[in-house]
Amino acid sequence: MKRFEKVTARVAVLDRADVDTDQIIPKQFLKRIERTGYGEFLFFDWAKDPGFELHRPQFAGARILLTGRNFGCGSSREHAAWALQDAGYDAVIAPSFGDIFRTNSLKIGLLPVALPAAEIRVLMEVANDGGEMTIDLEALELIAPDRPRIPFQLDAFERERLLGGLDDIALTLRRDPEITAYEAAHPARVATISL
Amino acid sequence: MRTSKTLFERIWESHLVAHPDGEPALLYVDLHLVHEVTSPQAFEGLRLASRRVRRPELTLATMDHNVPTTEGPVDDPLARQQLDALRDNCAAFGVPLFATGSGREGIVHVIGPELGLTQPGMTIVCGDSHTSTHGAFGALAFGIGTSEVEHVLATQTLPQSPPRTMRVVFEGDPPEGVSAKDLILAAIGEAGVAGGVGHVVEYAGRVIEQLSMENRMTICNMSIEWGARAGMVAPDDTTFAYLEGRAGAPRGRAWERALDEWRALPTDAGARFDQEVVVDVSALAPQVTWGTNPAMVAPLDGSVPDPADYDDPDQRAAVERALTYMGLDPGTPIGEISVDRVFIGSCTNSRIEDLRSAAAIIAGRRIHPRVRALVVPGSASVKRQAEEEGLDRIFAAAGFEWRRAGCSMCLGMNPDILQAGERCASTSNRNFEGRQGAGGRTHLVSPTVAAATALAGHFVHPQELEPVA
Repeated sequence: MKRFEKVTARVAVLDRADVDTDQIIPKQFLKRIERTGYGEFLFFDWAKDPGFELHRPQFAGARILLTGRNFGCGSSREHAAWALQDAGYDAVIAPSFGDIFRTNSLKIGLLPVALPAAEIRVLMEVANDGGEMTIDLEALELIAPDRPRIPFQLDAFERERLLGGLDDIALTLRRDPEITAYEAAHPARVATISL
Repeated sequence: MRTSKTLFERIWESHLVAHPDGEPALLYVDLHLVHEVTSPQAFEGLRLASRRVRRPELTLATMDHNVPTTEGPVDDPLARQQLDALRDNCAAFGVPLFATGSGREGIVHVIGPELGLTQPGMTIVCGDSHTSTHGAFGALAFGIGTSEVEHVLATQTLPQSPPRTMRVVFEGDPPEGVSAKDLILAAIGEAGVAGGVGHVVEYAGRVIEQLSMENRMTICNMSIEWGARAGMVAPDDTTFAYLEGRAGAPRGRAWERALDEWRALPTDAGARFDQEVVVDVSALAPQVTWGTNPAMVAPLDGSVPDPADYDDPDQRAAVERALTYMGLDPGTPIGEISVDRVFIGSCTNSRIEDLRSAAAIIAGRRIHPRVRALVVPGSASVKRQAEEEGLDRIFAAAGFEWRRAGCSMCLGMNPDILQAGERCASTSNRNFEGRQGAGGRTHLVSPTVAAATALAGHFVHPQELEPVA
């Protein structure tokens, strides 16, 4: 995973609640066995509509997505997070997220930022005017034009992991002695190989 | 000191490998289920880092999401490539695979339980959000993404932050004709699609205790549809009777030891949950979704809502969008909505009991001439059993297509999809836009309502069907 750098960029607004991962990346693109190349299929069915919000010229080149509550609910497909990242997004700001989508995003270095709905409403107006914003993960702050700095929260461990671009599996493998000890003390409950 | 514990707390604590200060807890995984769609990139990651699968014997792969349900080869080259990749990866990493055509394949959440691999007190993960299904056995089971699949393959553990806990108690006697699907749809309708976010939910109460394992699985399956991280039901004699004698279940003295352990799992009286919810089901009617998420649901004897009745502007906008997509007018009685397609299947409702309940409705009747109807058993084993019981002939005589096992039209990754504008009564779990095919309109219902609807051509309570001549 690459290190999460401070991002200053345009912000695209998708003012919809409960956007599910089926909308972010429909099922026909899940047959690919690659991890990259999903960006062009982002919001595939919605994007067919010329009036789709994300087609607005002021959102071209946006790297931050500002959206409604419960973003990324539904299916566990990590392809949804891959598609957003592949389309150029570094962060998604929403009042809340689907749990699995949020975890998937953190695993690949796409930053989910949760802010109060009222705050997001104000930020949407700023973004709709084409204003840039800065996300400073080091300082845990969002900086929008003509607004006081907005603090956000992220678990300290996750923040370190994103800033350092650390490999999750390598971190866990530091615990190999504990895993081995656990296995020695707890016999396997099933044996799939003998079925 | 607090000594009473919940079922969840017991499983969590007994699976803690490590919990270093300032880091998430590291949880041991007892069973990892794998399928073709969310695993290729995980195996590729292992390959790139020269890592192996730590415990292949705690891992089981199957083919379910994009397999065709008709006889013959896989025509779609992308689907074939993905199925081949799973076969190659399982061979290379030593993971057991129940491939299509082996007679042991099926939807991952159907085969785990039927093999007896899903047991009380276990931790179970799979790269699929409906892994919550396995919680019906008193296991802690949840869906994960592909990065986590790779993590479990490599380490047999997962870093996890502790969830909050919730208990949902179903109270009252559900009226005749109300099924487990209706109970969970009604609960989701009350709580909203995000009502369970961040929580592990225990479903409890006399209503749950009286349900079969199949029905408990239907309830736990849909936990993710209101955002819950997992759903679970305390193991009891119904659970043990289901498991005894199954291939993966313990035998002999190991069975007796397991029973002792499992009987000690249920939540203690006085244990505390972060949230408690009571759902009264005594006046419940069968449920039908009218919108584009599972919380957009109404009783079968109700009608499509009017956006004007919603105070919250976000909610009003969402309802307006949903009705436009679904092609429905506010105030339309649910019973007057006609359908083009009926799908009985999916990890929610494709087990033998689901097929029996649907077959009981259609026996001796014919489906409506406009309707095309599909039955897709959850596994090769369910298919065999149904055929032994003659259910396939009942479905075929009524005009249903009887198919091979798979996820099929629940998500339409295989050729079983809706055309734009087609309306479907479906026993699956998601009615998102385009879920069953771009432009398709999905209404979630129970197997009995799906069966009755196939006959009438519009949503109808099975009890309102004309008697068989």
